[in-house]
Amino acid sequence: MRIGSLGRRKSFPRGIHPPSRKYTEASPIQLFTPVKDVLIPMAQHIGAACTPTVQSGQTVRIGEKIGDSDAPVSAPIHASINGTIGAGTVGLLPSGRRVPALPIKPAPDGGAQPSGFLADFLDRHWDGTDATRYEPDEICHAIRAGGIVGQGGATFPTFIKLKKDPNRPVDTVLLNGAECEPYLTADHRLMLECPEGIIVGLQLAMRSSGADRGLICIESNKPDAIDAMRAAAAGRPGIEVVVCDSKYPMGGERQLIPAVLGRTVPSAPKGLPLDVGVVVINVATAHAIARAVVRQKPLTHRVVTVTGRGVRRPANWLVPLGVLFADLLEASGGMTDDAVKVLAGGPMMGPCVPHLNVPVVKGTGGITVLSEAEAVRFEESPCIRCGRCIDNCPLHLAPTKIAQAVRHRDYDLAARYDMDACCECGCCAYVCPAHIPLPQYIRAGKNQWRILQEQKKRRAAQPAQPGAKST
Amino acid sequence: MSATMKPPITAPLADSPNRDLRVGVAPHLADTVTTRRIMFEVVLAMVPMFVAGVWFFRLNAVWLTLAATAGCLAAEAVGNAMRGRSQASLTDGSAVVTGVILAFSLPPGIRLYQAFIGGVVAIGLAKMVFGGLGQNLFNPAMVGRAFLMVCFPVALTTWLEPGTLKTIGVDAVTQATPLAAAKFHSAPLASIRDLFIGNVAGCVGETSALAALIGGLYLVLRRVADWRQPAGMIGASLAFAAIAHSIAPARFVGPGYHLMSGALMFGAFFIATDYVGAPVTPGGRLLFGVGAGVLVMVIRLFGGYPEGVMYAILIMNALTPLIERWTLPTPFGGKVPA
Repeated sequence: MRIGSLGRRKSFPRGIHPPSRKYTEASPIQLFTPVKDVLIPMAQHIGAACTPTVQSGQTVRIGEKIGDSDAPVSAPIHASINGTIGAGTVGLLPSGRRVPALPIKPAPDGGAQPSGFLADFLDRHWDGTDATRYEPDEICHAIRAGGIVGQGGATFPTFIKLKKDPNRPVDTVLLNGAECEPYLTADHRLMLECPEGIIVGLQLAMRSSGADRGLICIESNKPDAIDAMRAAAAGRPGIEVVVCDSKYPMGGERQLIPAVLGRTVPSAPKGLPLDVGVVVINVATAHAIARAVVRQKPLTHRVVTVTGRGVRRPANWLVPLGVLFADLLEASGGMTDDAVKVLAGGPMMGPCVPHLNVPVVKGTGGITVLSEAEAVRFEESPCIRCGRCIDNCPLHLAPTKIAQAVRHRDYDLAARYDMDACCECGCCAYVCPAHIPLPQYIRAGKNQWRILQEQKKRRAAQPAQPGAKST
Repeated sequence: MSATMKPPITAPLADSPNRDLRVGVAPHLADTVTTRRIMFEVVLAMVPMFVAGVWFFRLNAVWLTLAATAGCLAAEAVGNAMRGRSQASLTDGSAVVTGVILAFSLPPGIRLYQAFIGGVVAIGLAKMVFGGLGQNLFNPAMVGRAFLMVCFPVALTTWLEPGTLKTIGVDAVTQATPLAAAKFHSAPLASIRDLFIGNVAGCVGETSALAALIGGLYLVLRRVADWRQPAGMIGASLAFAAIAHSIAPARFVGPGYHLMSGALMFGAFFIATDYVGAPVTPGGRLLFGVGAGVLVMVIRLFGGYPEGVMYAILIMNALTPLIERWTLPTPFGGKVPA
């Protein structure tokens, strides 16, 4: 542990330096008020989908629970606006999954959300809050009830992460404010406009997980956020701001933990930050925790950066969950004539959406609209074995070898090349001179490998049929 | 690669039929380095050697380079046609790089048709039959040169005196190059300074160690080439030569002489660093360089030929898959349990 050197800029070996293009870093967060229906998917998290707890035609208030599940890994869903529930339908998630969804028709005459919602969301008066007044169990319960999931994009239910496990003690909570994705500024703005709330969320997370230390990790390209968080953290025991190198993927937990603490997280899929006594939460998640635990406000809104050269007025919006990309883009001045690609998230990891009837969900930190000039068309050409993907892989894998094995449908070989450890950050494809979509091959390989493993398991479980030829 | 995964695919926008959104897989940004640019930089790095070649061997260097490159491009075009592929690979620069490296590894007095044949064999037999760019096991230029060595042994061992166009003469063939002089003790040794500048008999591009060093450092500093192969190759051969020289100074010349003569500098920076024939793993590249360096010295000191860069590279090419297997990187968080 290198606590003594916390003053120095933290980094990890390898990784890349894409252009940052933070066009919206100086744009204050504004409130989006929906006029058209919002579409709320019943699965906005990793784990089981929720079952609606309301009927079609029913009137709901903002923050009212509309979906829940008994499954251990899940998070309830709340109405994000005041309005009327419509007929259940199927919604397309930004990730490409199709899930059951409930539309809500906003209450007329601007009654969809209270006029002071933005001020309430960004309220900076958290001085009276004492995290030690809350019991860990109580915090976890409130986090689950608030429907909070990891807002950095992974959308794992937060209450599970923060539940105290005596067998695996946690000593440090890392607050992830790296925001290493190019273009995105949602976390940056939140750190500037509501640092106190974020700090309270961090204290609650520390209290719940049993950690005595909370480190706020921010990339060096956000000096104003570093100052704001430092000021808010002043005088709070165990909490410190750590300045990290501006480098992609700094915000990946397998990069952040070694950079800040010098600890190595065991490889995915089995290894977790918990194995080295660390929990990583995003700043937006921390803010949501504070609101849910202290003010009993569930997760109904989130900050979304709408950006890219393909949108006329890039902005940071506070958006009710379920607002369609089309409506949010319209409020941002609409798309330019040369806009070609719409991404849910930033350009390094954000998936493309096929159309704009996709709702903002808990894991949507941004919408990036790329213009023709930004969205270069990449012609894939043969691998020349330059080794750049290996030299830049932050997890020290050999992406080209994995992709080659997948291309030849040799999934066992790909697994031997540690395919499952890949976090799909995209550094390999970024540096590839042949523009081979390496993460795509690896993703495809992981899926096929999983399917084959399941088939194998099923076959092994079946009793051998008499007379059947053994293979 | 497989046609099923080829981005980008376009899908119609559900709510506005006039507008198509393009979809493709992340990441949506890319570095500006492309295969073509890498090949261009390699060619650029060989300009100093070309200048030295022209200085010492006059227009022979120019015609030879053109003939070998023409042979490479012709074979690439025929190979593409036979495989039913587009001719796009003609412009990616890889065939040009092979042609220039081949030309630079040939004696300046060789006939142009011989250089052309060398180019055809380099690309045709060593690259296209294996599946084109990125698929060859052996360095194409070295295969082309080995083929010429078999077909035209005299032409490949006849050297021109630098600065003239006159052949040194049949009797002097084996004494011509500085390495032959050192090996067979049949001629006075060249001065290190002449070796470094290149004022000695030798192949078109390898004669000047200085020119190869300038181009090589450019490649390494631009990160086009990995430093590991040249460092391993030069380091290992220097160590080998130093040990041999200290044991039998009368029999073996010193490491400096070996470093500056023959194709060692050229081979370390331009042939050993060829991406396709060398391992992709960092450790493998160092091992590849060390192996090549040791083999060069084994051939130079104990083999039948005065120079061994070509065979050293070809042998290491054959070992590349094995080396790669040994040197696969360990994931940052440890191996994924099976």
